[in-house]
Amino acid sequence: MVIDNLCFSYGDNQVLKNVSFSAEHGQFLSVLGPNGVGKSTLFRCMLGLLKPDKGGASIDGQDIAAMTSAQLARRIAYIPQSHNPVFNFSVFDMVLMGMTAQIGSFESPRKKHLALANAALERLGIAHLKHRGYGNTSGGERQLILIARAIAQQARILIMDEPSASLDFGNRIRVMQTVRELAQDGYAIIQSTHDPDQAFLYSDRILALYDGNVLAWGTPEETVCNSLISTLYNADIEVCSLRGDGIRVCVPANIDEIKK
Amino acid sequence: MNKDGKRVSYSGIIAMLSVALAAVIVGSLALGRYPIGIEELAGIIGSQVFDIEPFWTKTQESLLLNHRLPRIILACLVGCCLSAAGAAYQGVFQNPMAAPDILGASSGAAFGAALALLLDLGSSMIIVLAFACSMLTVAVVIYTGNRAKGKRVLGLILAGIMIGSLVSSGTSFIKLVADPEDQLPAITYWLMGSLNGTTPQDVLFAIIPMCIGLIPLFLLRWRVNILTFGDEEAQTMGVNVKRLRVVVILCATLITAASVSVSGVIGWVGLVIPHLTRRMVGNNYKHLMPASMLFGAIFLLLVDDVSRNLLATEIPIGILTSLIGAPFFIYLITREGERH
Repeated sequence: MVIDNLCFSYGDNQVLKNVSFSAEHGQFLSVLGPNGVGKSTLFRCMLGLLKPDKGGASIDGQDIAAMTSAQLARRIAYIPQSHNPVFNFSVFDMVLMGMTAQIGSFESPRKKHLALANAALERLGIAHLKHRGYGNTSGGERQLILIARAIAQQARILIMDEPSASLDFGNRIRVMQTVRELAQDGYAIIQSTHDPDQAFLYSDRILALYDGNVLAWGTPEETVCNSLISTLYNADIEVCSLRGDGIRVCVPANIDEIKK
Repeated sequence: MNKDGKRVSYSGIIAMLSVALAAVIVGSLALGRYPIGIEELAGIIGSQVFDIEPFWTKTQESLLLNHRLPRIILACLVGCCLSAAGAAYQGVFQNPMAAPDILGASSGAAFGAALALLLDLGSSMIIVLAFACSMLTVAVVIYTGNRAKGKRVLGLILAGIMIGSLVSSGTSFIKLVADPEDQLPAITYWLMGSLNGTTPQDVLFAIIPMCIGLIPLFLLRWRVNILTFGDEEAQTMGVNVKRLRVVVILCATLITAASVSVSGVIGWVGLVIPHLTRRMVGNNYKHLMPASMLFGAIFLLLVDDVSRNLLATEIPIGILTSLIGAPFFIYLITREGERH
């Protein structure tokens, strides 16, 4: 997927200015940036929900603006933050709904769709939740169910809105591990996150957005450094290396003074 | 779930509801101020197809074919339509409290009927005018709702409340100027909702728009599920949200308008029946829609039986559905335990 010179404004307020980057299959990309910087707007443009003023997004050379929502859904899937839907569907029905783009308007899911939904549940190791109500599962389970729904959708590009937000530490690790495995299986994954440590730990590419511009775009090793993180979050932050730079941890630079 | 805690399968529930509907229909045909025995019943119905020597009276035959049968068919159709429309609106508006009259279909129909009664236009014009005003009101609501700034779903619901209240004030004005000797009671009675005096023509008038609305709702039922996630999520799942929502709203409105124009305002069915059905078969519209349709038909037919048999005079069915519906709904929401 290639994002080329994408610009978007709400009225006079230009939110995204000439944003360009690309995502490839097998790559896990994290989008970093302060609150309100336009991460969600960028995702909406990539999902065809908003029409950019200038520039655009294309998948395998095909402009997404020319695709119908059904065509787009077969290429790219959106995984929202684990939410509370109005009606409590069973987990299996939830995953099955990911397949809507493959089912005719007047049809219901058939055997092959049921099989694919089962496969998606198996793959994420949550087949035991099948008959539970989605509303009766935990936050971590919900995130996995929504990922399973995207897998069932048969798209190879997954866009995730802060998948690890509001999860406890254990679930966060489990969800990130799962996402990492999906990238290794050839999915292109684009997530937004507020956690630079995690972005360094799991992703292959980092896109830092600041004031509507791309502040940095590259490997985690290139991008996660004192100056970038401090600018990005408007705070004095020190990036510490651990385990021979296998891990980088961001901490407030003045932490010693604060704790005195 | 049944008493053993085992889940009753969806096809089992549909089979049970179908048998129950058939039984209630037969029971309703026999039941009435002039009882008709099961033998006579079978004879009269059979004589429509086969050549059977009449062993029943002419009165029985005319009563059954011209009054009781149309009324029973209409009760089933109206119950089916109101429940289906309620379930559909709940999905489209992502709101379990949505009901068939949310877009002003009922208040529009009430205004049309009141106007026809005020102008002494005759019974067939009551239905035509009620239907026309109902569709017109909904058209205005949808137009206003689409022009409202901000969230579209919310705009539509608010427009429905506002225009509905505007139209209701029109109805109140008609009641004010109506002749209190005969017109006012007629208007009041119509507004309470009743299937009394249903003719075969009423059934013929209503059945066409009902089928035009019910069939697409039945066919599109799987897709209605996706709409419950909200516009953006639904669109990323490959649904043309705008088009699907317009089609579902139009169909649900058509069957509501057709129902209200022949039966008057019958409240609560469209809210209570889908809720009850959700408890039986879950929230998946693939199962919810057909089960709601069957269950709605059974419910309204049973209530209509009470309405015409309980007292010496007819009780308007709208009063009964509220009387049964409201307390039952309170019982439902205070009781724990949903399926799954």
